[in-house]
Formats: sequence, structure tokens, C-alpha cells
Amino acid sequence: MGQIELKQVTKSFGDTQVIPPLDLTIGDGEFTVFVGPSGCGKSTLLRLIAGLEDITSGTIAIDGNDATSVVPAKRGLAMVFQSYALYPHMSVRKNIAFPLRMAKLPQAEIDKRVEAAANVLNLSDYLDRRPGQLSGGQRQRVAIGRAIVREPAAFLFDEPLSNLDAALRVGMRLEISELHKRLETTMIYVTHDQVEAMTMADKIVVLQAGVIEQVGSPLELYRTPRNLFVAGFIGSPRMNFITGEEAAKYDAHTIGVRPEHIDVVESGGQWQGTVGVAEHLGSDTFFHIHNTGLAETLTVRAIGDVSLRHGDTIHLNPRADEIHRFDAAGLRIG
Amino acid sequence: MARAITPRRKALTTAAAWTVALLIFFPIFWTILTSFKTEAQAINDPPLFWNFDWTLENYGVVQERSDYMRFLWNSVIIAGGSTLLGILIAVPAAWSMAFVPSRRTKDILLWMLSTKMLPAVGVLYPISLLFVQFNLLDTRAGLVVVLMLINLPIIVWMLYTYFKEIPGEILEAARMDGATLKEEILYVLTPMAVPGIASTVLLNFILAWNEAFWTLNLTAANAAPLTAFIASYSSPEGLFFAKLSAASTMAIAPILILGWFSQKQLVRGLTFGAVK
Repeated sequence: MGQIELKQVTKSFGDTQVIPPLDLTIGDGEFTVFVGPSGCGKSTLLRLIAGLEDITSGTIAIDGNDATSVVPAKRGLAMVFQSYALYPHMSVRKNIAFPLRMAKLPQAEIDKRVEAAANVLNLSDYLDRRPGQLSGGQRQRVAIGRAIVREPAAFLFDEPLSNLDAALRVGMRLEISELHKRLETTMIYVTHDQVEAMTMADKIVVLQAGVIEQVGSPLELYRTPRNLFVAGFIGSPRMNFITGEEAAKYDAHTIGVRPEHIDVVESGGQWQGTVGVAEHLGSDTFFHIHNTGLAETLTVRAIGDVSLRHGDTIHLNPRADEIHRFDAAGLRIG
Repeated sequence: MARAITPRRKALTTAAAWTVALLIFFPIFWTILTSFKTEAQAINDPPLFWNFDWTLENYGVVQERSDYMRFLWNSVIIAGGSTLLGILIAVPAAWSMAFVPSRRTKDILLWMLSTKMLPAVGVLYPISLLFVQFNLLDTRAGLVVVLMLINLPIIVWMLYTYFKEIPGEILEAARMDGATLKEEILYVLTPMAVPGIASTVLLNFILAWNEAFWTLNLTAANAAPLTAFIASYSSPEGLFFAKLSAASTMAIAPILILGWFSQKQLVRGLTFGAVK
């Protein structure tokens, strides 16, 4: 079990309200990602759920029980921190066993669970080492091990991969996703990286300035962003936004087209411009296009290696059914 | 770019360091030397360096006249007791200041330190009265309490500095892992702060060992530590430099040896946090 329900939760630090009243339900077994730019309140929200910060008003219920004033130790949640927060003076074995020791479990049971967790996380050979003798990826696994042995109602991850290098991050991302599939436990994952959010989440919560901008599955957010902020935040490279005359043709204040929804054509396209920087990735080429008369820069993805050079004229056709329309307040139309 | 260190420069620095070290050490050296002289040679002019009759007589006389072991034991109890008591009180205090600071924490820290700026003699009278009132005069318990209070600001400050270096996330992790406040302090904070606590203990033991104002004013015979032992040789009976030196040597020897073996720990403790 691991259903978490936030009702009218607010948080203020002194006179500054960082989370205005907020409602959110996280279903049992769901992998929920809180995503948003830095300072959007996503980590604060996680810490409120953990109990590491007191909420200013509202209620938090875990599995239907009011947990608002329950201390972190008693909420039945496990947390993996950005810095891993391992106990440097304890061996890996003792680190993983620590929550079980605090729960006063019999030694035999502790040993059994630690061995099992170490097996799952490929840590069996490192149990007697200190955290200082491990690589970043191994430390991360120890932190996860410490969380899973408790069999918590839910896991809380606070930007767990941001201290790892790019290659390792992709690997750990998969490991965490697989762990979720196997354990089927509720997970709440905080990140500023929308790629992590898209690839891992069942449900994404997009936050800005403490306000939930949209909640939905990755593809819902990608296909039908509720407003300009979500449209710009989800998807990489970023959606192109065009205002003015061109938008008016579509009966909107602003239109948005993703780079992958604009086709490069030989001639006679609906739009044209000059190629600025071209990023060749082999499988794709990203063109940054100027002088379109639509926006300062348009980003376009072409499949494969397209040989257009700096300064060449490029012809473009946006796919009509992939154009997102927004009103003057930035809200989606239709 | 790193500054180039020429051999010449290195030699000069080494020589300067040795000069300073020898200058600082000289009074101790002279005290130890004098303790092996006769009273007449001790006040000889010009001073004698090696060419005197080495004698252990002073040590014999000092031991005969006063019971060294009793003073030593008092010093150990008073210095050790006040340090231990201070640590027990300071760990929770420093914990709360370092990890759950309020808006006034910085002010409290400064205020605590400011009590160290008060001349001790300023509170001699009230403290003496309290001692009389509570029958604490010339008791080890009384001195343990007073020396603990005198050094408490330093203990709290040092521990606060060490605790500040410990990432708060690790303590939060302990809380998430189900540790109570007591378990968090006992199993996570304290073991991580052991180097810091060790140097705090050492420094305060030394400070308490050398403390002379309160130990001299509040004791007579029963609870008198080694500071009183030394003082009893600069007495109205006249100055006996050789015996005074012997007594001093005996009094400082234990702490000197302790300091020698723990100097690494002490240096680390005193410069902790200065370089990261």
C-alpha cells in the first residue's frame, strides 16, 4: 500500500509562501515524477511528504491515515537523497542494515534482508567496504538498498541521479525503473530533467513557483500541454512558439510547434529562413533557423543527416494537426 | 601559479621556525634544568647551563613535604570531570544550534563567548558566596562544576563548528530510517564527530588542568590540584627556585606528555574547518 493524498497543503518560510494551497493524489504503486525548474518547490513538496519539513496548513494522508503531524521515522516512507547521505563511518552492510536495526528487527532477519538487497543491487562484493571506497554509482545503489530493505509504503527520490555522469545516469535510470516494475511500490521522484521525467514516470506533476501546472502521463503532457509553460518545459528540444500574424491565422494568440513536427522540404514550404547552427547527431540533425519572420529562432529536427550549411535557405512545412494553440493568457485552446 | 620555493627560502623558514619554537620552549626547558640544581646554583649569576652538580634532591624534598599523588589525583578528577560533564551538556546544545538554528542562534553563540571576556575575578565574590552557601568550598565537586561552566562556551563553540561540517542530509537520512533523536545523536552524529569531539576533550582537559585562578581561590587542602601544589612553593617562607622548579616540572609533566602524544589531533582540532 502506498497511497498519498495532499489536501490544501501550503508551506511558508517566514513571510514567503513557497507552496500555495495544493491538492494532489498519488495512487498506490504509481511512479510519480515532480518536475520543474530549480526553485519551483518540487524538493520542498517532497520534504513535506517525507515529514522533514512541517507543513504550514493542510493535511497529508498516507494510506488514508492522517500523517500531517507524524514524525518522518513513523511515516513508513524511505528516501534517497541527492548526496546519497550514506553514513560514512559504517560499512555498506551496516548502512543498509541501519533502518532495520532502528526497527529492532532480529539479527537473523536483518542479515537475510541485507543479503537479498545486496543481491538485487549487485553490491554483494562490497558489503564490507566503507562508502568512501565506492564509486558514485555504487554509492547510489547503497542508498537505494538502504531504502528498499525497509519495505516502505513509498519511496521518495530527491534528484538521485544529478551527481552521476551522463552515461551512468542513463544506466541508473533504467535500474530504478526496473526496480519499480519489480517492487510495484509507490515512488515519488523529483528531478529538473524532463528527459528523466518522460522516460520514468507513470504520472508527471509539472510545478512552477509551487503551483501545479499540469498532472498527467508523459504522453498526455507531450500531446496536450495545458499551457505555454508545460508546452515549453516538456519535450526536447523545446517547442517553438510563434506569435502575431502567423498565430492569428490559426485563431490563436500563440501557436507552438515541436521541432520534430516541422518537415524540411526542397522548395515551396509554408515557412522559410536561413540556417544558423546545425547540430548533427547522426540519426537526427537539428537546425536553428533565423530570419523566418516568425520568431527569433526556429528549431527544426530533420531525420538523418541533411546537408544544409550555415547561411543556406531552408524551406519548412509545419504539420497542421500538430500545431498547439494558446490564448493570450497562455492557456491551451481546444 | 604556485609560488616557487627556493632552497634558500626553505632554509630561512626552517631556521626561523626553529628559533621561534626554541624561544617558546626555553622557559620550560629552564624550569626543568633548574629543578636539577641546588638552591644556590639556581640563583647563580651568571646562570649555569651544564656545569652544575646534577641532583635529584629537590624532587625528594618536594615529595616528602607534600603528597604529589594526592594533588595529581585531584587534577585528574577536576580536569577530567569538568571536561566530561561539559561534553555531555555541550553535545545536545551544539546539535540544536548547528541543525535546528533559530534566528537568535548566532547571538546566543556570541553571548556565550562574551562571558569569556569577563575577568574571572569579577565574579569571585558571588561564586565564593555560593560555594559557602552550598558547602562546596574545597571540594572536587565544586571545582568540577565551576571549571565546566568556565569552559562550556569553548566546548559548545568547538562542537558547533565540527557539527556544522556534518551534512544535514545524513541526519535527515537517519530520521527517515526510523532513528529517534537519541539514536540519531548516538549512532550517527557522535561517531561522525569523533575527531572533533576528541580534540575538544583534549583541549578542554588541558585548559582545566592549567586553570589556576579558581583552583587556587576555592581550594585549601582536600581538593587542591597541581596548580595549588606549584603555588605552595612560591610561599611566604621565601623563594626556593630549585624546589619550585621541581614542583612545576612534576605538575606539568603529565599534561606535557599527553599533549606530545596527541599533538596531531590537537592541531587538526584547532585548525578544523579553516581549510576545506
